[in-house]
Amino acid sequence: MSNNGNSRQKLVEIRDLKMWFPIMRGVLRRHVADVKAVDGLNFDVYQGETLGLVGESGCGKSTTGRAILQLYRPTAGSVLFEGQDLIMIKGEDLRKMRRRMQMIFQDPYASLNPRMTVGSIVAEPLEVHNIGTKSERLDRVRELLQVVGLNPYFINRYPHEFSGGQRQRIGVARALAVNPAFIVCDEPISALDVSIQAQVINLLEDLQERFGLTYLFIAHDLSVVRHISNRIAVMYLGKIMELADRDELYRNPMHPYSQALLSAVPIPDPVIEEKRHRIILEGDVPSPVNPPKGCNFCTRCPKALDMCREQEPEFRDYGGGHWVACWLHQR
Amino acid sequence: MTRLLEVKGLETRFFTQDGIVHAVNGISYNLDEGETLAIVGESGCGKSVGVMSLMRLIPQPPGKITGGEVFFGAGDERRDLLKLSDDEIRQVRGNRIAMIFQDPMTSLNPVLTIGFQISEALILHMGMDKAAARKRAVELLELVGIPRAADRLDDYPHQFSGGMRQRVMIAMGLSCNPQLLIADEPTTALDVTIQAQITDLVKRLRDEIGMAIIWITHDLGVVAGLADRMIVMYAGFIVEESPVRDLYANPRHPYTIGLLGSLPRLDEARAHRLTSIEGLPPDLVELPKGCPFFARCVYRIEKCLTENPKLEPVSPGHKTACWVDVRKVAPEPAEATARGGVAA
Repeated sequence: MSNNGNSRQKLVEIRDLKMWFPIMRGVLRRHVADVKAVDGLNFDVYQGETLGLVGESGCGKSTTGRAILQLYRPTAGSVLFEGQDLIMIKGEDLRKMRRRMQMIFQDPYASLNPRMTVGSIVAEPLEVHNIGTKSERLDRVRELLQVVGLNPYFINRYPHEFSGGQRQRIGVARALAVNPAFIVCDEPISALDVSIQAQVINLLEDLQERFGLTYLFIAHDLSVVRHISNRIAVMYLGKIMELADRDELYRNPMHPYSQALLSAVPIPDPVIEEKRHRIILEGDVPSPVNPPKGCNFCTRCPKALDMCREQEPEFRDYGGGHWVACWLHQR
Repeated sequence: MTRLLEVKGLETRFFTQDGIVHAVNGISYNLDEGETLAIVGESGCGKSVGVMSLMRLIPQPPGKITGGEVFFGAGDERRDLLKLSDDEIRQVRGNRIAMIFQDPMTSLNPVLTIGFQISEALILHMGMDKAAARKRAVELLELVGIPRAADRLDDYPHQFSGGMRQRVMIAMGLSCNPQLLIADEPTTALDVTIQAQITDLVKRLRDEIGMAIIWITHDLGVVAGLADRMIVMYAGFIVEESPVRDLYANPRHPYTIGLLGSLPRLDEARAHRLTSIEGLPPDLVELPKGCPFFARCVYRIEKCLTENPKLEPVSPGHKTACWVDVRKVAPEPAEATARGGVAA
């Protein structure tokens, strides 16, 4: 894993990013409310690092990934990629930018067209971007399959002939085809079995080292995120609660939600499990249509103060790039 | 401890167009009253089919239990579940043995209120009248921690969140005071904080009620703090069985070692490369003649190719099915199996 100490060049800068989905009702399709899936995010992704984005289902982590890549057009905010604001550009200009940023999807069964051969799936991004002649593209596809650990001999086979782990490798090869700088990995291993997960994690780490890739790694599994990331952002109900270096976050979680989340992750060791103290959160996540007043976590927070229910805490740096949005630390 | 369940040589196959799928291949294990047993393995290893077989819930055809015996009950009540008539097994299911499933949405009926669904078992098995069943249903919902239980009795499953639905499932499972609760990946579909709520609840209920539990999972983390004993399955075989502490501290089967090594851990001191298990599990239609793990094993010897090792004791309570003593030999470098695995 690359160290993030030396190269602190910003690759992606996200400012006040909001992604709201309108809810329409009635025959006139009146706009009655919004699902505030992502509600004001501020963070940077540095060149060559892996930024982990964790949170539970429905917290907006996948939406964040898609909004950054402009697969959804954000409601507000800006996404600076290599200094250029992606939200301001469209059409051909945006398509050109897509060569620099790619995505690996969660479900290796749904993200590959079952009627296309592996060869044409991996070649498609090259065709879209008009890269190389037909035979050059074929060579490139063979090379890519080799890079992700698949036999180039399988180039004319269809996705259903592969296992889940192998399909995920095909998805990785497709993302790599256009030599991107930035890859959003949206839960790339959660559909895979444990022994296969490790294969894909190792592959992603190898590729990062080899091609100098920058990852935004989205996952709900904190152990996996801890393993692969340099820095980690914890999301809850459309907002980032805490963002810090990996070891700092695990050693010193400052936000009550991060603390609860970390304590809930089981550790595969009965001796340790016996001694651990779990913070059990009561209740469920509120609806993003109607987030609570004040801090989004106040309805489940074991340490909530009166002011938490009144006013939203500021997302602030407490030194060394340890960002937290919590009143407990701001008083 | 009184023995509650004794599975001997259970064998289940599916007869499909593509051939005979050898899903469960002669597994044997025991369970005492009040004990918690975890069955761990990856998809397709036969862990679910194994317990579905003992409940006689295998769709038939294409499935068929082709061998073995399953003795359930203590003392005079001890019977072979596989020899019971359909009526008799129905008296056991949901009554003596209860089951909760992975997906609480698809295992609850969406058009019936949860009050009705919980009462159903009480009326059927416990002979309660409607009013008494309703009263008991409220108690059960309170037991599993559903707020305002009496008001929510007439709600439908979609009005509950995933974690709450799993609580309802557990309430249903516990309704007839079962001796054995089978939990088939009950927390897999849930978020970690909700998972912690549910495992906490099951632990508390186990201590209060004293039922035995079989907890099926692919997650070695969840069961570490929960189970007394553990079984690891691979390709329809039990490859290792051990008390929980011993299994994590001294895994003896190469597959168990691989599984533990491939898990990123929250408490790992520093980043290290995961020791992945290369390759894929074997096709259950054409099981290899020797050890099913041979193709992916880093400890393999020639004998493994031709003869499948039996589950043999290696220390008190700890059994493994492996020709090699993994404590005495070094594994071969992973690249050797990697090349074979990926190209296969």
